[in-house]
Amino acid sequence: MILRILFRNAFRNRLRAGLTILGITVAILAFGLLRTVVAAWYAGVEAASAARLVTRNAVSLVFPLPLSYKEKIRQIPGVRGVSWGNWFGGIYIEEKNFFPNFAVDARTYLDLYPEFIVPEDQLKAFLGDRKGFVAGRRIAAQFGWKLGDTVTLRGVIYPGNWDFVLRGIYRGKDKTIDETQFFFHWDYLNETVRRKFPGRADQVGFYMIGVTHPDLAAEVSSAVDDMFRNSLAETLTETEKAFNLGFISMTSTIVMAIQLVSIVIIFIIMAVVANTMAMTTRERIGDYAILKTLGFGGRHIAALIFGEALVITLTGCVLGMVLTFPVARAFADSLPNFFPVFNVSNETLALDVAASLLVACVAGIVPTRTAIRIRIADGLRRIG
Amino acid sequence: MTDSPPIVRIRNLSKAYRRGSLEVPVLHDISFDIQNREFLSLMGPSGSGKSTLLNLIAGIDRADGGSILVEGVEITVLSETELAAWRAGSVGFIFQFYNLIPVLTALENVELPLHLSGLSKRERRDHARMCLDLVNLSHRLDHYPGQLSGGEQQRVAIARAIVTDPVLLVADEPTGDLDRVSAAEILDLMERLNGQLGKTIIMVTHDPRAAQRAGVLRHLDKGVLSDDDPAHPL
Repeated sequence: MILRILFRNAFRNRLRAGLTILGITVAILAFGLLRTVVAAWYAGVEAASAARLVTRNAVSLVFPLPLSYKEKIRQIPGVRGVSWGNWFGGIYIEEKNFFPNFAVDARTYLDLYPEFIVPEDQLKAFLGDRKGFVAGRRIAAQFGWKLGDTVTLRGVIYPGNWDFVLRGIYRGKDKTIDETQFFFHWDYLNETVRRKFPGRADQVGFYMIGVTHPDLAAEVSSAVDDMFRNSLAETLTETEKAFNLGFISMTSTIVMAIQLVSIVIIFIIMAVVANTMAMTTRERIGDYAILKTLGFGGRHIAALIFGEALVITLTGCVLGMVLTFPVARAFADSLPNFFPVFNVSNETLALDVAASLLVACVAGIVPTRTAIRIRIADGLRRIG
Repeated sequence: MTDSPPIVRIRNLSKAYRRGSLEVPVLHDISFDIQNREFLSLMGPSGSGKSTLLNLIAGIDRADGGSILVEGVEITVLSETELAAWRAGSVGFIFQFYNLIPVLTALENVELPLHLSGLSKRERRDHARMCLDLVNLSHRLDHYPGQLSGGEQQRVAIARAIVTDPVLLVADEPTGDLDRVSAAEILDLMERLNGQLGKTIIMVTHDPRAAQRAGVLRHLDKGVLSDDDPAHPL
């Protein structure tokens, strides 16, 4: 019976309940989207493998390392494989069409990245074509590239127009994998550079190192850096996760601002629901007095008020969560270059529910206390 | 004087309200008995303390001093929880503005107090139907209070008041919000509950016509009780 009263009470004032639910829906939608933005920011870090290390020039990422380091690194105990590459930084037609593009040693690179899945025949075609490239399926779909298409990038770091032929389209092992990257053969870059800018040949931007076990990451990192200490190009080696996190830390203030706004949103809906529950309880003091008169106790009154707050907030929460998916998809589609991975995670949904439960509980505290403490005679006087 | 013990025994009852630092006395040293199966009417001007007295006897307010013994239970010493349980089993309430729960149907409103009784769902339904039948509302079971007339709502409230078979029925201005015809129907019904079912009824009213229906009439004025019934002297 208490449940029946609770559900009927929740929608007794339809306009107020509807507007409150709408407010919660919009707030949960905004909260969910902001949490997803934060998660998207860290997507690269989350997708990083603990068994991969990145070695770069200790001075700065813009300074290269000699290609000759690869053999020395390969001999360090615990190293399973070594690959290398350069950030190419080419522009496709115009600058707004940004996507990450790298020159890599294809075979070793793809060995270290099993999460990039390239069909066997396409991989074979790519490895056999010096000007071939592999693109993620999202970027290929975005620009309408088909296998065999020639794509021209305008080099900025390596000036000139560079023609590539699409030989493979990779997909991610799961939805956390970035499908907007563009890889081509490092040999193609190096041979062209040797011809045009001889002083820059046989230089790599970074080494990717696969270790036999994640526990060896620290040991191998130290061994690599020790090996090249006091050389012309000292190295800095760190896990892929730490390397990616280094980029995120440059924008940590923005991330913190987004997180702060998401918390502010929770406080706003808390105020909205608390206001609704305060109005509701004030209107229903007479009903609660009747229930107390009939012998119902404080726990019944508390169940009614908290229950009503829960029904309202959870209805808004469910609507907000359902809406988050299409809105997030539309958001990701409109900004594919900023957020290559933009998925509403289970953690975000759990946070939505937790925030709603928190809002309902906090919003119900004061009205429940008021309703329980009011004298029956005073409550009954409010009727009529 | 009757030989059987009174169902309600009130001794030296006093009550005052506090308005800030000001204390407003409402009841002064009230002592009287209510016999079993008595239909008592309490009359008096506004502010005389009659509703306060009714609330104290029904256990929905606390006295400042004195004792109230109902069927041998001293209700002034009960805790809030004990008092709520006592009210649920021993008192039926009829109010001026019916005080039905607006989101429940007539049947659900009558069934409501039985949720604290431990009866099964079927038993609760049967009891509630029987009581609504008793007040001639078996054709309005599924109507909400807003779909009923004032007289019908008050009859639902009476059905709710008797559904737990309480020893006491307390009615605070039960005809105060009704037209003359409906008021007469309600008074007829209360007379029937007293005469045929043997319910002890305490009714507060302003209406002399309503008061005349009661077997015993007492007046309250400025918190002091006077006895109009020589059969039950103070």
